[in-house]
Amino acid sequence: MKLTVNGTIHEVSDPPDTPLLWVLRDRLNLTGTKFGCGMALCGACTVHLDGSPVRSCVTPVVEAEGRSILTIEGLGATVLHAVQTAWIEEGVPQCGYCQSGQILSAVALLNAVPTPTDADIDAAMSANLCRCGTYPKIRAAIHASARRLGAARVE
Amino acid sequence: MWSSLVLAALAQEAPPLVDPAAGTAAFLDVVQVLQSPRCMNCHPVGDAPLQGDLSRPHAMSITRHSPEVGLPCSTCHRVVGLPLPGVPPANPSWHLPPANQVFQGRTPAALCAQLKDPAQTGGRDLPALLAHVRDDALVRWGWSPGGRTVPPGSHEAFVAAFATWIDAGAPCPPP
Repeated sequence: MKLTVNGTIHEVSDPPDTPLLWVLRDRLNLTGTKFGCGMALCGACTVHLDGSPVRSCVTPVVEAEGRSILTIEGLGATVLHAVQTAWIEEGVPQCGYCQSGQILSAVALLNAVPTPTDADIDAAMSANLCRCGTYPKIRAAIHASARRLGAARVE
Repeated sequence: MWSSLVLAALAQEAPPLVDPAAGTAAFLDVVQVLQSPRCMNCHPVGDAPLQGDLSRPHAMSITRHSPEVGLPCSTCHRVVGLPLPGVPPANPSWHLPPANQVFQGRTPAALCAQLKDPAQTGGRDLPALLAHVRDDALVRWGWSPGGRTVPPGSHEAFVAAFATWIDAGAPCPPP
């Protein structure tokens, strides 16, 4: 089956019920997407499918066939996304394991709500866990991303 | 004009096809299904869907507003899902009904009145409700929920009880 990952078409032959996560990591060597729980409980494996966030650990690869998959590698392939820049500037990562999923969920939030409130951020990010407890920095980075993206729209 | 009035009067006076007592009994069977976890968990009081046979609020503070902030149900509830332990239930139309379609905590009489009020059924009249409980993908999922507890009785028995209640004139149990 053909997968379009970060704009590149790949041919894979895994069984259709293989979790998309393992195809990304083990077949395509895109290891930025992390395994956390395998049950859609932690958000570490979040990628975008046609622009919408999905937990790749519970998404059969067949559901991604013919659709556009975006991973953390694709998000910053040419120029870092505003969320990635804010993540660095705010010093969000501690151990960093959850950050790929956090960033892709934050991008989905900002696509839906360009200037989110604290409540919006809490609601959107509530399913992405961070064992290091970097939540205040995550929130600050999302606000900073919103300002950066808003300024870019004005320009 | 007179003929239409006569027809309307005849229609109003037409006896129900089923004894009302049998209709009320059938409705109480319907209530048992509506308030079983597989049905009630998606018709909760408030904004949070419920989970499991204990009908606890959805983990991770998920509410009916989560999709508005870029966290749609389909983030975790996929189309076909995976046959693995603990994986969220999958269905292509996974969603919450509107907030006023509540099954949780309702008495049978209140549920009966609610189902007969199109303002609380998404505009469905009784025949449309019968079609909903018979054909809707998420309703039917309730009887094949991937190893989870199913509602009491079969889906066919549920639809039959619903039809019996309607054929009896949709009588409501006493408050």
